[in-house]
Amino acid sequence: MAGDTDKLVCELALRMGDNALILGQRVSAWCGHAPVLEEDIALANVALDLIGQTKLWLGLAAELGAGDNADDVAFLRDARGFRNSLLVEQPNGDYGHTLMRQFLFDAWHYPMLQGLKESADIRIAEIAEKSAKEAAYHLERSSDFVVRLGDGSDESHDRMQAALNALYPFAGELTAPDETDEALAAAGLAPDLNVLRQQYDDYVSRIFAEATLTVPEGAVRKGGKAGLHTEEMGYILADMQWLQRAYPGATW
Amino acid sequence: MYAQEVKSTGQGVKSLDEMEPDERAFQEKINADVKIEPKDWMPEGYRKTLIRQISQHAHSEIVGQLPEGNWITRAPTLERKAILLAKVQDEAGHGLYLYCAAETLGVSRDQMTEQLLSGKAKYSSIFNYPTLTWADIGAIGWLVDGAAIMNQVPLQRCSYGPYSRAMIRVCKEESFHQRQGYDIMMKLCEGAPEQKDMAQDALNRWWQPSLMMFGPPDGDSVHSAQSMAWGIKQNTNDELRQKFVDETVPQAEYLGLTVPDPDVKWNEARGHYDFGELDWDEFYEVLKGNGPCNKERLGARQKAWTDGAWFREGLMAHAKKRDARKMAAE
Ligand SMILES: [Fe+2]
Ligand SMILES: [Fe+2]
Ligand SMILES: [Fe+2]
Repeated sequence: MAGDTDKLVCELALRMGDNALILGQRVSAWCGHAPVLEEDIALANVALDLIGQTKLWLGLAAELGAGDNADDVAFLRDARGFRNSLLVEQPNGDYGHTLMRQFLFDAWHYPMLQGLKESADIRIAEIAEKSAKEAAYHLERSSDFVVRLGDGSDESHDRMQAALNALYPFAGELTAPDETDEALAAAGLAPDLNVLRQQYDDYVSRIFAEATLTVPEGAVRKGGKAGLHTEEMGYILADMQWLQRAYPGATW
Repeated sequence: MYAQEVKSTGQGVKSLDEMEPDERAFQEKINADVKIEPKDWMPEGYRKTLIRQISQHAHSEIVGQLPEGNWITRAPTLERKAILLAKVQDEAGHGLYLYCAAETLGVSRDQMTEQLLSGKAKYSSIFNYPTLTWADIGAIGWLVDGAAIMNQVPLQRCSYGPYSRAMIRVCKEESFHQRQGYDIMMKLCEGAPEQKDMAQDALNRWWQPSLMMFGPPDGDSVHSAQSMAWGIKQNTNDELRQKFVDETVPQAEYLGLTVPDPDVKWNEARGHYDFGELDWDEFYEVLKGNGPCNKERLGARQKAWTDGAWFREGLMAHAKKRDARKMAAE
């Protein structure tokens, strides 16, 4: 049934694209404000990769009926239509929060894209192929910072631990399958998140041990995949979509 | 370049006969178009003037991230967002090459940063104006990067090797920025009436500050002669300003926009556009710190630096621990 498959692919494209878009949006706000010049440059790189990936994923979603084109999908949906995880919409906080958010995301993003390279749908596999190289670099970078700052000064350790405590509850959503994820896996369109969760947990535990950080207890916070976001989301969209809403139909 | 008021330290230009052998050999190299390299002998004044000029230029690139960075999260399309991100990233990269070039003259990046944050070092006043609408992003690319190119192209021939080479790299990217800025203006001018108004308003606000990027009129710029003899400066401020006006007025006409100066008129006899007197009082006010965004720009840089202290210290603490562990293992 091509119709059902398209629907699933579209949903996956929205999830991948919205994660990239909202995280790219958050990260890009650092431009010019990072702790050292090299970080201004590196963060801009990460944001650029994510916005580039957004164009591909949301372009695919648009082809499958989510909107006229990637821009419309990005700029004309309301919060309830967004499918990103709650993690990526969390505020930048201090630089430790930004790095920790990135790490918790990258540790899922990279193996997810590796899995998607094997997708039965060639369009998905192609986007994953392009994006995985970038995600591998992001993960290498964010893991390295988590280790160095976790096992750094007392203050950097405390700040990284605080960031982990604040953000860890949002990480579980990435690897917790819902019905769509199960259908995607069953159709060979996406990897099985239950398997991915094992990899994820093993990897982050290893990094946190090296970083001398402790994983906090507590319930997983989710809802993003169903469009149930935190209050942050409305403000992100108010900023990101303001121009398109103020000048409807304009070309830029 | 964005070094609008660099004071050179020479006391008037000496002739070759008046120079000691070292200085004479140095000046002869410059006259023969041979680059001066970091390890070569150079007069203290030359070194100091270059440190000021290059660090001022570097600071301008760094502060220059802020007005444009202000619109990244609000860019109107994914493509425009990516282009703007890449542009702001380029500016940070320019800052980095320039700090490296200045370091070859014996000043550290930390020292330069300290001078910027304490308000002792200057950066281009153009970045003390606000970006109020999306059209400002177009106007900055078109006019500000355009003026920067006009200033920097001759600096590719600067007598100091590291600076000259940095400028060659930077200029390539600046021309890309200018094209992107002009493209934003084109789209606005072809768009809805409100978009065209936005473009006109941006031109109205950025025109004068852009012309002032070339620095005060030649008559008031006492230090040009020595900088020219040293091959640090190739053209006078007024020459470059005229060149910029000549190039930009037809571009504005092509967009269907009006340059906000009633005195702009083609002068057949001169072969140049005439233009009106600029408000130099405003220029000096902004330079003194009283521009519309001086406090915000410096404040943002100070905050980035202070808030980032724990990050920089944390990385150093980790490096120390790692070294200690390595030593213990050996
Ligand atoms: Fe520049
Ligand atoms: Fe630049
Ligand atoms: Fe530029």
